[in-house]
This record gives sequence, C-alpha cells and structure tokens, in this order.
Amino acid sequence: MLAVATICCVVAARADDAVSLSVTLKDHQFEPAELHAPANKPIAIHVKNLNTIVSEFESGDLHFEKIVPVGSDAVVHVRPLQPGRYNFYDDFHHATQGYLVVP
Amino acid sequence: MLAALLIVFREVFEAGLIVGIIMAVTVGVPGRGLWVSAGVAAGVIGACVVALFTGGLSQLFGGSGQEVFNAGILAFAVIMLTWHNVWMARHGRELAAELKAAGEAVAAGSKSLAALAIVVAIAVLREGSEVVLFLYGVAAAQGGASWGMAVGGCIGLVLGSLVCLATYLGLVTIPARYLFAVTSTLIAFLAAGLAAQAIAFLQQAAIVTALDETVWDTSWLLSDSSLLGRALHTLIGYVDQPTAMQLIAYAATLATIVVLMKLFSTPPQRRPQTA
Repeated sequence: MLAVATICCVVAARADDAVSLSVTLKDHQFEPAELHAPANKPIAIHVKNLNTIVSEFESGDLHFEKIVPVGSDAVVHVRPLQPGRYNFYDDFHHATQGYLVVP
Repeated sequence: MLAALLIVFREVFEAGLIVGIIMAVTVGVPGRGLWVSAGVAAGVIGACVVALFTGGLSQLFGGSGQEVFNAGILAFAVIMLTWHNVWMARHGRELAAELKAAGEAVAAGSKSLAALAIVVAIAVLREGSEVVLFLYGVAAAQGGASWGMAVGGCIGLVLGSLVCLATYLGLVTIPARYLFAVTSTLIAFLAAGLAAQAIAFLQQAAIVTALDETVWDTSWLLSDSSLLGRALHTLIGYVDQPTAMQLIAYAATLATIVVLMKLFSTPPQRRPQTA
C-alpha cells in the first residue's frame, strides 16, 4: 500500500499524445464495430451509450471495464499495443461485440 | 434467465471466494458470524447505493470517478488485510495459546474482525453493484422484473454461495496448526492482488501512466477471463498480461506485509500447545 501511495504521486500527463478513438453503443451494436489504431501508442477510447439500458464496456484483451449509464459518455485508456486484433464487448449484453485492430 | 444466472453467479462467485477465506481465517473467533454477516449486509446496501449513484460517480474526477472510487476502496481493503495479518502476527500466538480466553483477547480480536468485515463489505459492494445495475437495467428494459430473471438470479446466487461454502470447508480441513500460516499467506497474496487491481483502474483512468508496458503474456496458457483464471485473479491477483507497474505494486505489497509481520511479531514466550 506504501507503493500505491508512492505511485499515485507519479502522475504523468501522457494523455495528450494518446490516440483518440470513438465508438457508440446503439441498439446493442457498436458503431463502428471495428476500430483502428497504430501500434505502440497509448489509446483513449471514448464510448457513448445510446442504448436504452446501462452497459458495461469491457475488454479482457485490452484490460478495461467501465459502467456506462444510459445516454452518457465514458473514456477508457489503453496501454500501448502490439499489432493484433483485440476484442471488446458489452459485459451486460454479450452479443454486443467489437474489435480494435492494430496493424 | 440465463444471462441473469451467469452474471449473478460470476459476481457472487468472486465475492464468495473472499468471504470463504475470511470465514476460514476467523474460525474459532467468537462473534465472527455476526461480523461477517454485518459485512455482507453493509456490502449489499453499499452496492445498491453505488448502483444508484453510478451516473454521478462517473462524472467525478474528469470522468474517471468509477476508477478512482474502485482504486480507493481496493487500496482500503489492502490496508485492512495488511493490518489484520500484522495484528495476527502479534497476537495470534496468544489467542491460540489461551484459546478464546479472557475478555480482553476477545475484545482485541473483534478489532481485527472489524477490519475483515470491512474487506467482506468491500468485496460484496464491488461485485454486488454490478449485479444490481445489470438486473435493474434488464428489468427496466422489459418494463418490470420477470420470473425468469428472478429464478436465474436465485440459481446464480445459490451456485455462487456454494463456491463460498466450498472454499471455507476446503480451508478448514487444514490442520489447526497449519491453518494460521496458510490463511496468513492467502491474505497476503489476496492483498497483493487487490493492489495490482487498483493499479489497473488507475491505468485505465490514465492517472498512472508510468511503466504501463506489458511484461509478459500468459493468456495462451490461462486467460484471466476463464473461470479458473477469474478464480486465481480474485485469490492471488493472477493477470495474464501484467504491466510493470502492476508487478511493482504486487511485489511491494507482499514485501510490506512480510516485513511488517516480522517487525511486529512477538517471539514465543512459551511453546504454544495448539499453534
């Protein structure tokens, strides 16, 4: 826990050079269903929930989970990635799937 | 129904592992049933409150309210677990030697129980708030709660609780003289895992961005989305692609607990019979 306290002091503002991506949840679909980002750069994914029910924007591959209430925006930050195809989904509605492609 | 069953089971399963360990840790301590029940009750109420205010919570800290909140309560749980282990290192021998003796030991014991009850409450709150949000969302979408949802939720709750029971029953088969060492070790790894999880939330919020490169990838061997992966994630903080900062937090927490336990442990005055 000492470490946690120390680490909290090491706040680097690197969000500036993050690649910004946007995705919308509507009728239980991601729009667009496939996002693209360059390799080895931090990424910020903005999500807007236009469904009629609450969503949990989540990805095991990308290591994030976030509740997105109806009608609201949220942002998750993703660490720099190696090339690959990464899956994300609505954890409250598993049929809703999307991908982040890093060439 | 199946969706409700799966979500409720998954969340109760994760909280249940922690509750099962806490029950095994406190075996033989008077009043533990009450403390653990109070922890569960507080967690359920807390889950409803958190679910109710999720919208407002999300907007805090520039949109990172959820992450800061999660990291905060996880860090608090780490402190409580550390405190418990250090306290046990100091008083565990006396407690075992004098077996539920004087009122003083019991009163002191309940302080440690309070710390563990808080850990139970936090575990239930974290997993429970997702269940509440999910069930509420489904109910709102279909214009009211349905039988299918209620039945699915109840089956999920029962199955998840069985995991809690199995964890507890499995641990208490360990002979009494090893139980303390085993549970102390489990608590230490649990705390380290929670610290690494707290870091993950701070990284997701871009509050911590240093050392965020992935150190290794064992997702081909055991994905942390699989059932076993999830169990190990909850128990010892298994992550298939940890960042350097997560590993540092993990190691630092373990080291802190070990050092504090050594520092505060009393040398045995006499050989305890049962410890």
